[in-house]
Amino acid sequence: MTAREPRSRSERKQAWGRVLIGVLCAVLGFAVTAEVRSNDRSTKFATARQDELVGILGDLSQRSERLRGDIRDLENTKAGLERDTQGETAVEDARRRAATYGMLAGTLPAAGPGIRFTVDDPRGRLRAEDLLDALEELRDAGAEVIQVDDVRVGVSTYFADAASGGVVADGRLLTRPYLFLVIGDPHTLATALGIPGGVLQTLRNDGAQASVAQEQRIIVRAIRSP
Amino acid sequence: MIALAGLVAGVVLGLFFHPAVPLWLQPYLPIAIVAALDAMFGGLRARLDGVFDEKVFVVSFLSNTIIAVLIVFFGDQLGVGSQLSTGVVVVLGIRIFSNVAAIRRKLFQA
Repeated sequence: MTAREPRSRSERKQAWGRVLIGVLCAVLGFAVTAEVRSNDRSTKFATARQDELVGILGDLSQRSERLRGDIRDLENTKAGLERDTQGETAVEDARRRAATYGMLAGTLPAAGPGIRFTVDDPRGRLRAEDLLDALEELRDAGAEVIQVDDVRVGVSTYFADAASGGVVADGRLLTRPYLFLVIGDPHTLATALGIPGGVLQTLRNDGAQASVAQEQRIIVRAIRSP
Repeated sequence: MIALAGLVAGVVLGLFFHPAVPLWLQPYLPIAIVAALDAMFGGLRARLDGVFDEKVFVVSFLSNTIIAVLIVFFGDQLGVGSQLSTGVVVVLGIRIFSNVAAIRRKLFQA
């Protein structure tokens, strides 16, 4: 009797252990299946957060809207060219394109909505690279036409530190305060300059006073010689 | 035997119920599975060596998975979750390989 009791207890214990092992293995199999199945599904959009999805959707609809506009324009041009026997539409089209390219290259004056971006630097601590940063930010934000003081900015425009202090743009000494006249979407441009850690903040950290005014009509008169 | 039956039952249940892994478990489940696999192979090896013990197996199974998940969890809190989970997977992978090698030697004497 005394010999059998501990044995049966250990047998019961063993049976329990077997059941437990079976349960654990079942849990493992279940988990493996669940994991494999969840990896099967497409994860490209499933793991994106809600605001990312909203952004993607917004981008796509904006792009399709723009492309639809392009299609309309091109169809109009095509219809005009087909109707046109005297070559008038072709000439008109070429003229319009020449005007666009002239504006982009800086050989023609331009007007349109944009911003007036003033940088006052009473202590003269700004260097050429600060102005270059500002210019690059404006270009990134989709600025179409830019004038700095009386210098029209083109693809080859450069900034350099003048020996006497101050900054030279394309060989001309800029006068303080520096005035950027920028044509482009005013809201986008102003937002791009004002982002935290962006151009405005950097300039202010350097002791300059910078201000942005959004305007419905900016007139850029300075031109570059072709 | 009962282990194999449990494994098959689990897989069948998983196929049958289409379980979705809850979001909070998603980073930890793969690690837990690898740790459990390590315990499984360890148990198989012990069985072939004739030193298998239910209690040791259950305890090592649970502690393996819990420690692996805890390591990854702390890694996530410290911002090095992905590196730590890679490390855990590497370590467990090495253990699985050595266990499988021992099993192979036992089974095939090679």
